[in-house]
Amino acid sequence: MISDQLVDLSRLQFAATAMYHFLFVPLTIGMVWLLVIMESVYVMTGKTVWKDMTRFWGKLFGINFALGVTTGITLEFQFGTNWAYYSHYVGDIFGAPLAIEGLMAFFLESTMIGLFFFGWDRLPKTQHLLVTVLMAIGTNLSALWILIANGWMQNPVGAEFSFQTMRMEMTDFWAVVFNPDAQAKFVHTVSAGYVTGAMFVLSISAWYLLKGRNVEFAKRSFRVASAFGLASVLSVIVLGDESGYMVGEAQKTKMAAIEAMWETEPAPAGFNVVAWPNEARQANDWAIEIPWVMGLIGTRSLDKEIPGIKEIKAENRRRIENGIHAVVALEALRKNRQDAAALQLFEQHKADLGFGLLLKKYVVDVRQATPEMIQRAVDSTVPRVAPMFWGFRVMVGLGFLMLALFALSFWSTLKPGGMIKRPWLLKWALWMLPAPWIACELGWFVAEYGRQPWTIYGVLPTHLSVSTLSVESLYGSLAGFVGFYTVLLIVEMYLMVKFARQGPGSLGTGRYDNEVHA
Amino acid sequence: MFDYETLKVIWWLLVGVLLVGFAIMDGHDMGVGTLLPFVGKNDIERRVVINTVGPHWDGNQVWFITGGGAIFAAWPLVYATAFSGLYWAMLAVLWALFFRPVGFDYRSKIHNATWRSVWDWGLFIGGAVPPLIFGVAFGNLLQGVPFHFDDYLVSTYTGSFWQLLNPFALLAGVVSSAMITMHGGVYLAHRTEGRIQHRAISGALIAAMVTVVSFLLAGLWLRLGGIEGYVITSVVDGGAMPDPLAKTVVRAADGWWRNYEQQPLLWLLPVMATCSALVTMALLIARRTGLAFILSSLAITGVIGTAGAAMFPFIMPSSTMPNASLTVWDSVSSHLTLGLMLVATLIFMPLIVIYTSWAYRVMRGKVTESHIRANEHSAY
Repeated sequence: MISDQLVDLSRLQFAATAMYHFLFVPLTIGMVWLLVIMESVYVMTGKTVWKDMTRFWGKLFGINFALGVTTGITLEFQFGTNWAYYSHYVGDIFGAPLAIEGLMAFFLESTMIGLFFFGWDRLPKTQHLLVTVLMAIGTNLSALWILIANGWMQNPVGAEFSFQTMRMEMTDFWAVVFNPDAQAKFVHTVSAGYVTGAMFVLSISAWYLLKGRNVEFAKRSFRVASAFGLASVLSVIVLGDESGYMVGEAQKTKMAAIEAMWETEPAPAGFNVVAWPNEARQANDWAIEIPWVMGLIGTRSLDKEIPGIKEIKAENRRRIENGIHAVVALEALRKNRQDAAALQLFEQHKADLGFGLLLKKYVVDVRQATPEMIQRAVDSTVPRVAPMFWGFRVMVGLGFLMLALFALSFWSTLKPGGMIKRPWLLKWALWMLPAPWIACELGWFVAEYGRQPWTIYGVLPTHLSVSTLSVESLYGSLAGFVGFYTVLLIVEMYLMVKFARQGPGSLGTGRYDNEVHA
Repeated sequence: MFDYETLKVIWWLLVGVLLVGFAIMDGHDMGVGTLLPFVGKNDIERRVVINTVGPHWDGNQVWFITGGGAIFAAWPLVYATAFSGLYWAMLAVLWALFFRPVGFDYRSKIHNATWRSVWDWGLFIGGAVPPLIFGVAFGNLLQGVPFHFDDYLVSTYTGSFWQLLNPFALLAGVVSSAMITMHGGVYLAHRTEGRIQHRAISGALIAAMVTVVSFLLAGLWLRLGGIEGYVITSVVDGGAMPDPLAKTVVRAADGWWRNYEQQPLLWLLPVMATCSALVTMALLIARRTGLAFILSSLAITGVIGTAGAAMFPFIMPSSTMPNASLTVWDSVSSHLTLGLMLVATLIFMPLIVIYTSWAYRVMRGKVTESHIRANEHSAY
């Protein structure tokens, strides 16, 4: 049997490497459009300051991009190294968007980024702008295909299990591509990236303005960032993940956990603004509730019910008990492909195969599962409530705080130099710099932790997905990744701070404060 | 479109194309990285060397990423079994590659000899280690890898990392390293002048010589040294649902030579590998560096093709459970996915070739020390 320790370490390694990667990705996704905007203004007006803005912010973009590429390599291969059974079981579906991402998006982005940095003197203005635009399109298409792959993990559409090949096989590619979960995730995630890019430029520009350095440069940057940021943060909030909420079973479970809804309430359900979830009692110790709001957000109706945790668990118990038959029939079929009785039994129960497989965490032969094991499996089908509840609320809270900041910043730019008269606003903008990163990491956490105990919701338990490696190997590789990444992160932060402090003078053009001398 | 059996063969060819594309494109970057400490004797020279690949290494590295993605999509069982089985070898490749993006971008951002020297060695590791490991991995594939499946098709690897480093596999590693170094040296000779070009040519000549000798030696070892190949003895139904446990496989002394006996035209591959490497040397001496690059690309194609043709239809034979060996017939994706991925490849691969060529055209010409001095703050 696969040891729980191996599974936990594999999860920890994936979580660590993915979260490191996601420190760099949102900034790339957002900043690339700011570069497009700045360079477009340069091409249209011919004013050198806009070219310098593109080049300076581009320099910081490059420092960030390098670590995005470094940490991204791991993710392309880690499914194979550490999640071998997952890769076999769903590679027929999951591999395709990953490969298409490479062919359609990553090649474009990575080829163009070379020309972006080194093509300034070799390309006419408009061609260089075209390069920047293609780089932006490549970056964003990358996110699209990755989120199609990730959306399928949450809501596995367009695929069917085959007992002959012992895996899921694709039946409808377009269902996978137009998976509503994936589309909602894409819009939400890239918008969050745009906010990150905008906050980065806004905060650093605010710092120059507070110091009174490179004022013309910083004012323009501030203005672009505040407008782009306001549009993006509205997009994150309005077109947020909620549009995908009620689509799949995974999202229902996630929502119940996020909202700490233990019971199914009469529609429309109330919204717990704050609560103290108690896992042992399966109830909230206390809660501040606004009536109706949850039902309205979650179902866009007054009469549809949202299932609570207890109801979801009861349904899952039925599916687990049903799934035992599916697993037993499958094992008979694997021994003898011609076993007609087993095939009939399997066809009858195969919708619940994944739920039957949940029991493999506790017992090799699922027929031997005791009521206690079944109870543990049932309890595992809903993630722990408190981290979901609080993770989500902090993310949303930061979102609204950023909305207020971008709205005020944008308003301040409506009069020339308006932001300079408001140092409190500039200070606030500076202090908010970490906010989008915290929100992005929490959003990622809620999405992935909220899918547990599954890698593919309802299809493949996390516990079965790992590679059969030794625990020692995992300790070694986890330490290696975390150590290596941490050193690189420190180096990256050092360079980022150094060049941000130095400002556009680092371009060596002779037009700015703090010029570097060759 | 195509029937399942044909698609399986097409995908074997396509993975081959991606592998060759990776070796040619990312290969010359890695070769440049390998030669960096030997060709660049001071900071400005090393910057010249780095900037020959500066605008392109990132795009080229996507051959590796996309190759991984394509194997995931087309051969999921290979992706799963190979990368989890050869865990530490794969991690060594990844960790070596970590040095490149940061090495290129961060190295010249700070004026400090120690800082720059650390990144130079990082770029060397990122260039030298992956080709070595890929060669060693290929050497192990030719001998079979110790893994087996259970009824659920969960794969378990029972070997250790150290046993991958056996003598034949190390020789295969030498072939791979030498060929990639040769290729990097040829590219460097094409993009530089003067002392740097001179050193690059010397490096490439030595590497080409080692490539030819080690390649022929590996062939002789395979023929005479008692390395057994693998042969499917049951009837193969190429159109069947993929099931790696449904066939019977035995080892045979001439296992890897049977394809060559049945299709004598395949001998053109090793001949192409050897002759192209020799002609590359001649062209380098004649300073015809552009043509030499094409010939060294052909040499790489020949070397990879030789190994692939010997093993077909095997991808990863199992030494401990030969019936579980992974082949082009039974470790592939569904008919739908293979067809779909073929369409995607046929649409995007030509586009990639077009814009990559454009990027090289824009950045063409020699990289010189005066160019680096004039772009002190923007060059790598």
